[in-house]
Amino acid sequence: MRYLFQFIRMMAFCFLGEMMHWLLPFPIPASIYGLVLLIAALKLGIVCLDEIREVGNFLTGIFPILFVPAAAGVMNLWGQLRELAVPIGLAVIPITAAVMAAAGRVTQVVAERRPEQRTKSKMRQ
Amino acid sequence: MKLLREFLSFSSLWGVLLTLAAFGAGVLINRIARKSIFNPLLLGSVFVILVLSAGKIPYEEYKASAAPVSYLLLPATVSLAIPLYEKWELLQKNRAAIFAGIAAGTFVSLFCIWVMAAVFRLTHEQFVTILPKSVTTAVAMDVSTELGGITALTGAIVILTGIAGNLMAEAVCRWFRITNPIAKGVGIGTASHAVGTSRALQMGETEGAMSGLSIAAAGVLTAVLCPFFAQLI
Repeated sequence: MRYLFQFIRMMAFCFLGEMMHWLLPFPIPASIYGLVLLIAALKLGIVCLDEIREVGNFLTGIFPILFVPAAAGVMNLWGQLRELAVPIGLAVIPITAAVMAAAGRVTQVVAERRPEQRTKSKMRQ
Repeated sequence: MKLLREFLSFSSLWGVLLTLAAFGAGVLINRIARKSIFNPLLLGSVFVILVLSAGKIPYEEYKASAAPVSYLLLPATVSLAIPLYEKWELLQKNRAAIFAGIAAGTFVSLFCIWVMAAVFRLTHEQFVTILPKSVTTAVAMDVSTELGGITALTGAIVILTGIAGNLMAEAVCRWFRITNPIAKGVGIGTASHAVGTSRALQMGETEGAMSGLSIAAAGVLTAVLCPFFAQLI
């Protein structure tokens, strides 16, 4: 029964996310609203981690499987994809690598610089 | 073949079985081959396409039958709140770095696609179809529709981007010497949304949590910035 109640809580946050998506005019998906609401509930102590942990870990564990049906949908769009093969190929492979590198490098450089600056400014004082 | 389709019409969830079996076969091959190119998601999707093509089964029938799998995407994405909550202190301590990284990645994505579209002289419709490709399907498809793109094609490009990011994640981190787990997560999530995040979750808890955060932040930022970039072509 533990799982039942965990699942009910998780579904309730999905439902609230869907309601917010329906109510608010922004192009933000229900899943993102649900995620933000669940973090807020955890931070505010409305939901405790042990009350959703197992179901949550199960769901994040099976994450890649859930994309298979959508990925197989590519088969229906071969024609359109082939028409734009070169630009799409460039967007999908080198540009994705560039974005990953840029986001990762900037995060790493800023994260590693900040503690040094803090210690330097403390030393100056 | 007609008999097969008639037979399948009696089963309500053959699509779920096919999805799990195809992914399972992918996992086994990945375990034997030990190469990142033999990715279970990529192999699973290819197997599903091969089975459908061989049996001349329309994708729509499979999609309807495998719908229970897709339904779990919403609660699974919401569940990313758990690793994020567990790494909250780390997030607070590094928030400037994380948001600088996500902003840089989002800008690089939009800028590179704009330059590429200008070089290939793409039409406005083609440009806005590709423009939001690095963010989660729901945001990307909404943005594409709003700006006059081909929504279904955007969905396919988003998925391909995710698979590419999932496959390249380790190599890109190695080539660009990204060793910090927070930076790895931000890079993967910003470039390749939830499909990449499924790889980040396997790398570690911190990588997974930061990648999950990046899906949300990059998604919102892209939705805000796309209309400005869309005016350029």
